[in-house]
Amino acid sequence: MADITLIEAVNLALHYEMQHDPNVVILGEDIGENGGVFRATLGLKQTFGCKRVIDTPLAESLIAGVTVGMASQGLRPIAEFQFQGFIFPAMEHLVCHAARLRNRTRGRLTCPAVFRAPFGGGIHAPEHHSESIEAMFAHIPGLKVVIPSSPQRAYGLLLAAIRSNDPILFFEPKRIYRTVKSHVENNGLALPLEQCFTLRKGTDITLVTWGACVVESLQAAETLSHHGIELEVIDLASIKPIDMATITASLEKTGRLLVVHEAAKTCGVGAEIITRVAESAMCLLKAPPKRLTGFDTIMPYYRNEDYFMIQHDDIVNAARELMEGWQ
Amino acid sequence: MNIQTQPMHRYIDHRGNLIAPLPEWANDTLLQQFYRDMVLVRHYDKKAIALQRTGKLGTYPSHLGAEAIGIAIGSAMQSTDVLAPYYRDMPALWARGISMLQNLQYWGGDELGSSFPSISPDIPHNDDMPFCVPISTQCTHAVGIAAAMKIKGLHRVTVATCGDGATSKGDFLESLNCAGVWNIPLVFVINNNQWAISVPLHLQCHAEHLVDKAKGAGIKGIMVDGNDIVAMYDALLQSLDQARKGKGATLIEAVSYRLCDHTTADDASRYREDEEVKQAWQFDPIVRLKTYLINQNLWSEDEESQWLDICHQRINQAVEQYLALTVQAPESAFDYLYEKADPDLHYQRDALINKAMRMEKQNSGGNNG
Ligand SMILES: Cc1ncc(C[n+]2csc(CCOP(=O)(O)OP(=O)(O)O)c2C)c(N)n1
Repeated sequence: MADITLIEAVNLALHYEMQHDPNVVILGEDIGENGGVFRATLGLKQTFGCKRVIDTPLAESLIAGVTVGMASQGLRPIAEFQFQGFIFPAMEHLVCHAARLRNRTRGRLTCPAVFRAPFGGGIHAPEHHSESIEAMFAHIPGLKVVIPSSPQRAYGLLLAAIRSNDPILFFEPKRIYRTVKSHVENNGLALPLEQCFTLRKGTDITLVTWGACVVESLQAAETLSHHGIELEVIDLASIKPIDMATITASLEKTGRLLVVHEAAKTCGVGAEIITRVAESAMCLLKAPPKRLTGFDTIMPYYRNEDYFMIQHDDIVNAARELMEGWQ
Repeated sequence: MNIQTQPMHRYIDHRGNLIAPLPEWANDTLLQQFYRDMVLVRHYDKKAIALQRTGKLGTYPSHLGAEAIGIAIGSAMQSTDVLAPYYRDMPALWARGISMLQNLQYWGGDELGSSFPSISPDIPHNDDMPFCVPISTQCTHAVGIAAAMKIKGLHRVTVATCGDGATSKGDFLESLNCAGVWNIPLVFVINNNQWAISVPLHLQCHAEHLVDKAKGAGIKGIMVDGNDIVAMYDALLQSLDQARKGKGATLIEAVSYRLCDHTTADDASRYREDEEVKQAWQFDPIVRLKTYLINQNLWSEDEESQWLDICHQRINQAVEQYLALTVQAPESAFDYLYEKADPDLHYQRDALINKAMRMEKQNSGGNNG
């Protein structure tokens, strides 16, 4: 099979799982005939019919609430939000119901649902189309947050998310929906949730990142390698829970930590990772940990967008500072 | 004009007089059963408030005045149907077979109060939703449940309930709208008790009647006297039957009045005239049915006092059981969060257990010394 894009991998996983599990249904705005605004659900309605591929009225709170209701009855609903920036009306259901149904009923009812949303900036979109708010969801007990960063991980992690019996926020980095391509084996094999993926081995710095920043991080690692600095690049992938074991094991080799994320700095996931290292693996560090994040600003309209996106150079510079200041 | 005297679906007026021939289903035994159930849940309610006042229950929302609505809902639904209730629906749950003990447990601050046992031999797993505290959210869940039934081809109907205040919220309107578009087996029941805490109906809604909202959604609407259990049960039977036959959703506006404070944390006298409440008592659903039954020689004061004895016995037994329950272990908060806890949660769980043990030791030390 030819190489496919990340969005095609999402589509492939949806096709696979709907084919194999009659309880899987998908719902959202424009997902039927139109195949979703990014075409993630292309062809599904034609294959599985309008009872399993459901165009909803334009109402995000409804979409989330209906998903909770369906999941409570043993379906495995997958809800699509057109953009992460439109998930706010649904927050009440995600936080108050999806996250709590199992606990509230002491396991009598559960919420095996996936809430998908494209996220992140860099596609010259209008306001409210560039949000990166994974930390908000990671903060909520009862939710899990997963972010794929390659076609293969989009395929395997989405399958795992659908099969999971817990509610999962599945955020897709839309900037790389079509720019990264790779081979994906359509074999129905899920990847483990709750686990990091080490994408590049290195000895000098542990770089932890996720989503679209993985692309620039790997590029920066190549550049730095020419200058004798070897980065170990880790794709966090599971934002909640965080796999600290992989990160700590890497720090045992490198002793230096750099976290890179597109989301705003304050109370971001980078703060969480660095705190955990400070709490339990401080002695492994040869230098203060560093984070390279988005700014604590509202994402500007696209004329200024590039200044706010993390560039390859930003990562190179941050890594150099981390090496130089504390040799 | 008092909304409770307006024309609407009604068989027995507030003086206990029959104003229309009773529907076919209305046999003497069933009416007596309705009456007994209403009396029982009213006395339960009184007891629950007393428990709260003496520190044995958390904040509790009384259902005083809403007995006919709940008992009708719980009795009309088949055990295989699914209920998405709101917090004032103890009577509906009771009539569906959920015990008083379970309700005490819930308001007593124990999640096990929502772990309902099966109520149907056909369905080993109880699919009813727990109470939703965020107003109106249960309506969207009910849409999902009803849609699930349609997808699975099951002839099970979902009933969602809410208050009049809840109809202002997007979730309610989004749900109604979607139920129409999807033509799903769903019945909405609004308990229009005319107050949402301190906000009266006219500050909540400018439509003439809440049931008018059904029109906007293209579904059937019935305005029912919520204090006439015969009318309530009848409207529910019709709507459930229509839903079961694939003919779509119905909105029932059950017109009633909240005869009580909003909850035990509320003092309604701060915002409500005594005169209004006094008038509302004339429409009491229980007195109405009792008058009718006595006039028909279907009930007597002797039977009443015998039944009251039984009620008190049953209520006291539930309270005794409730007070004797052991509290869930503190770490249970971790045990139902995810299917499987991650390593950090295990660590936090252990930390909590240590803390709880330390506190218990201190407490027992304090008592001894
Ligand atoms: C989303 C939300 N906002 C506010 C509240 C606080 N609150 C609890 S009950 C209530 C009034 C509800 O009134 P109504 O829907 O008429 O039902 P009633 O209590 O009268 O039966 C409010 C505002 C809440 N629980 N949820």
